[in-house]
Amino acid sequence: MIIDLNFVGLIIASIMASAVPLILASCGELITERSGVLNLGVEGMMIIGAISGFALMTVTGSLIVAVFGAMLAGVLISTIFAFLTQTLITNHVATGLALTIFGIGISAMIGKNFVGIPGKEFPILFESLKDTIPLISPILFGHSIVFYFAFALPFMTNYFLKKTKIGLIVRAVGDSPESASNQGINVRLVRYACILYGGAMSGLAGAYLSMIYTPQWIENMTGGRGWIALALVVFSTWNPIKILIGAMIFGGLTIIQFHMQAIGVRIPVQFLTALPYIVTIIVLVVISRDSRKIRLSTPSSLGKSFHKDN
Amino acid sequence: MIKIVKRDQPSKAIFFFTPVLAIFLTLVAGGLIFFILGFKPFEALKFFFIIPIADTYGFSELLLKATPLCLIAIGLSFCFKSNNWNIGAEGQLTFGAIVSGGVALLFYEQEGFYILPIVILAGAIGGMLYASIPAILKTYFNTNEILVSLMLVYVSKLILDYLVVGPWSNPEGFNFPETRQFSDSAKLPLLFEGLRIHAGIFLALAAVVISWFVFYKTYLGFQMKVSGFSLKTAKYAGYKGKKMIILVFLISGACAGLAGVGEITGPIGQLHREISPDYGFTAIIVAFLGRLHPVGIIFASLVVAITYLGAETAQIFMQIPKYTGQVFQGMILFFLLASDYLLFFKIKFIGSKQ
Repeated sequence: MIIDLNFVGLIIASIMASAVPLILASCGELITERSGVLNLGVEGMMIIGAISGFALMTVTGSLIVAVFGAMLAGVLISTIFAFLTQTLITNHVATGLALTIFGIGISAMIGKNFVGIPGKEFPILFESLKDTIPLISPILFGHSIVFYFAFALPFMTNYFLKKTKIGLIVRAVGDSPESASNQGINVRLVRYACILYGGAMSGLAGAYLSMIYTPQWIENMTGGRGWIALALVVFSTWNPIKILIGAMIFGGLTIIQFHMQAIGVRIPVQFLTALPYIVTIIVLVVISRDSRKIRLSTPSSLGKSFHKDN
Repeated sequence: MIKIVKRDQPSKAIFFFTPVLAIFLTLVAGGLIFFILGFKPFEALKFFFIIPIADTYGFSELLLKATPLCLIAIGLSFCFKSNNWNIGAEGQLTFGAIVSGGVALLFYEQEGFYILPIVILAGAIGGMLYASIPAILKTYFNTNEILVSLMLVYVSKLILDYLVVGPWSNPEGFNFPETRQFSDSAKLPLLFEGLRIHAGIFLALAAVVISWFVFYKTYLGFQMKVSGFSLKTAKYAGYKGKKMIILVFLISGACAGLAGVGEITGPIGQLHREISPDYGFTAIIVAFLGRLHPVGIIFASLVVAITYLGAETAQIFMQIPKYTGQVFQGMILFFLLASDYLLFFKIKFIGSKQ
């Protein structure tokens, strides 16, 4: 049997494509969590991004407006979360759940008029280089700008957290809000910024789904990806580079599923669809078993409210 | 001038007042959303919240929807009181329904008084089994229960889908994704002629009474309260933390499983693809809105059940998607959490001094 290298390259590229929304949302949530805030509303922010991007694209016809509009929508919806958890000091878990329920509802409400409308073609880069080198070319060339951004993001996030002053401040706020506050850092402001950034990235992840990956609007189209993104942050032990690895594994599971069906493997389709969720649980168990390691890598104040008296 | 002052102690009166405030604010915001969408706000709210329950049938539908919400929320209050974040009740409901439905199918075309209790018990056990997964992983493997219980929701729905499409599908069912009809002995009796309200409501009421007793009259209730307040204190007092985590998960799993039994052995009488319109998630809101108090949960389940009915009515008469119900549910929780601020802080209006 001759292995078609181009085919292998295409499969790897499709795995990478399905990893994109996970990387974007996880890297955003990672920054939020590094500042000590647990936002369980990723799924809600993502679906808001998906409908906003698709709706703006259909109405304005401009892809740029749509992409940035989706990010802005993510920012706006995460502002609710930021205001509640930071200004009104509400419980992070409950507020995040409310955000997800609210987001799914609002998106379906807005999306009512956009069901069944075909999407637009999203421009791809380096199209002419797509067929030059077997195996390598399909992986490297012929993708959307969001795709390239997603694969650069973990490295940029890593650099930001480790090498920049603002990154250091974010980590300080997440690990010890009291001492950060004593150093004159405005904890609430930093956390606001990190939450809104997380919203923007989730919004972009959603827009990628509805505008590039499967260019159309379907109710509930995020299908739990926001929750998997949350799990990926735990999987990565709050290290952005490992998000890349995790997202590729989950992207791989999604793609393998399609190919196994295509080859005609006699496994019920529902089992294959359930695989990413089951693997998430197994991976979480393996990662979390070492409680010392988890404790060392988890931002110390994660999920805890901080309130400075006057 | 407005000044915000911290209260010395959380206000008890405001603790029970804020849910009412939250509902009021939700109605105001809902009216605003309807206005933006181009509807007359008062008329829309009337369609949403009054018309659906204006007659006997509507009221029976309200109780029908409130029953699973109340049952699940009671179970969840055990978890939430003790700081365990079980958010996968939807999965426990589904798995409970699968197990009880499977047992009911075993008794296909058989009659006997003993069948229904077995079917109900099977549902509770199914829910408990499913809830034990996040509980055991949390206690022995230190795994985050939020993510595990949530992932299991997706898995349970796929298991159900596999069963009703594949091995359990009705052989005479023309490939519809549903099982055979259960025998009458495996169904919860309907309470009134022509209405869909069924005996499952008694399960919910029993759960209310039992949970009240456990919360306020037993040592376990006290332990849960202490653990919820401070895990360190609980540890210091020597409470068996692991046992309690597993216990509260089992209780909430059993309640969710029973809610699943009600959904399939009530008016429908068979397993099919979509047995629950996200009752398991909505019940989280019910539990909070009811302040994790059994009586509060009864009221909260009735209020939130209206959002389901209202969404259906609004869909028919105003062509608003039924997801509007979720918008209202999310808003109730937002406003409730926000108004909790008043528990700990006083807003003082001070006349300007200059």
